[in-house]
Amino acid sequence: MRKATTEPAPVRALLIGVAFLWLALIIFLPLAAVFTQAFAKGWGPFVAALLQPDAWASIKLTLLTAAIVVPFNSVFGMAAAWAITKHEFRGRQLLINLIDLPFSVSPVVAGLMFVLLFGANGWFGPFLMSHGIRIMFAVPAIVIATSFVTFPFVARELIPLMTAQGRAEEEAALTLGAGGFQTFWHVTLPNIRWGLLYGVLLTNARAMGEFGAVSVVSGHIRGLTNTMPLHVEVLYNEYNFTAAFAVASLLAGLALVTLAVKALLEWRYADQLSATGH
Amino acid sequence: MTITIDEITKTFDTSSALNGVSLEIAEGSFVALLGPSGSGKTTLLRIIAGLETADSGHILFGGENVTDRSVQDRRIGFVFQHYALFRHMTVAENIAFGLTVMKHGQRPRKSVIAARVQELLDLVQLPDLGKRFPSQLSGGQRQRVALARALARDPDILLLDEPFGALDAKVRRELRGALREIHDRVGLTSIFVTHDREEAFALADKVAILSKGKIEQYGTPKQVEEQPATPFVREFVVA
Repeated sequence: MRKATTEPAPVRALLIGVAFLWLALIIFLPLAAVFTQAFAKGWGPFVAALLQPDAWASIKLTLLTAAIVVPFNSVFGMAAAWAITKHEFRGRQLLINLIDLPFSVSPVVAGLMFVLLFGANGWFGPFLMSHGIRIMFAVPAIVIATSFVTFPFVARELIPLMTAQGRAEEEAALTLGAGGFQTFWHVTLPNIRWGLLYGVLLTNARAMGEFGAVSVVSGHIRGLTNTMPLHVEVLYNEYNFTAAFAVASLLAGLALVTLAVKALLEWRYADQLSATGH
Repeated sequence: MTITIDEITKTFDTSSALNGVSLEIAEGSFVALLGPSGSGKTTLLRIIAGLETADSGHILFGGENVTDRSVQDRRIGFVFQHYALFRHMTVAENIAFGLTVMKHGQRPRKSVIAARVQELLDLVQLPDLGKRFPSQLSGGQRQRVALARALARDPDILLLDEPFGALDAKVRRELRGALREIHDRVGLTSIFVTHDREEAFALADKVAILSKGKIEQYGTPKQVEEQPATPFVREFVVA
């Protein structure tokens, strides 16, 4: 017997079938193609392509960028979400809209904004030049552009969650004698940790994969300022397909690992997830 | 501990919540702040707790001015309408919280904390539920846990914001009796906020009736019933 709230079996099968077919076509097939192409000539050329000095430099640069951007944006995203959800102040709505800005601005435009600020003819360009500080076409610009593009992920993940949870538990902690930091550490943070983790994983995935904004500010210096996505483009444009797909597959692999970690954690801590209302 | 509320005023962006409220609450008494929604009763309770600051006026505990003292230093217990239990902690961890966040040196040893938690669980008649999570409890059980948690640090003053507001009638009556009993046994001075006239009269030694940020009358339930001081009180009590 079927329940009143479920569709007839053929309808269900059709809907599920369509969903899976679409998923296979749009996500699985291209992903499989990347890996197939990367290993087309076997393990040897794959490893060699990754160990080639310029490729290796791009991998290190991407990991360095992520290592700086992810903690930075996690802390600031958390601070922004906390300020917005736990306090009433003038300009609150403006702040919410500003946080969304990087989502609505094209990454290329984001890159150009930083050229206008830090470039040789930009607002701060002459000052930086005369003091020998290098930002454009160097690691700092890549980090800044990546931070800009990935800023909303943590805050966006946390704002609805923290709004739903309200201020009551924090207030209860205060009435029980907990200080500000104890309240954050014992009450706020445990309540948002899963949302935070998800935001951090998304930030990480995007930080490693960002192309547009980084492309504008990096200067494309091989072995120095090319991140993995930029290096993939270089190799691809040089018709070096095996190497291009080797680096691309590593990038895709990092994304898959991120996803797997998230799934694993969700499975392992399912009971805590439901207890904190995620 | 006596509580003196001296000319408390509070204005919010749009409207004034409290207009010079004064109240003297005797040691050991159980007082209800009764009034319709928007009368300022919850704001007053939160100002007494230190969760909200008054624009002007003073709060004194036992004759001592605590107006500028932080929530943490007021040594009060507070019970929230929607329990506000820490959802990621077990019942026992919730109750122990006030003790575990104490500074090194003041903090009791683990075994002492565990004994205190069990004592409080017994007091609120949930002796076996320490290992559960709040989400596994009924509303009435949650509010009992919240009460136990608020009592863990031996406060002199217990403040309750619509403590039965989210519960059904039967649980409400049970919990009411339990609360009054605990108040008497522990020797607290308690203030609770309610919009339920019957509840206020059944439970409190004295009732303060608020309307539009002012106290209309403050007296025993009997006094209020027999000699309503203003037309508002008459209507509110009779209705």
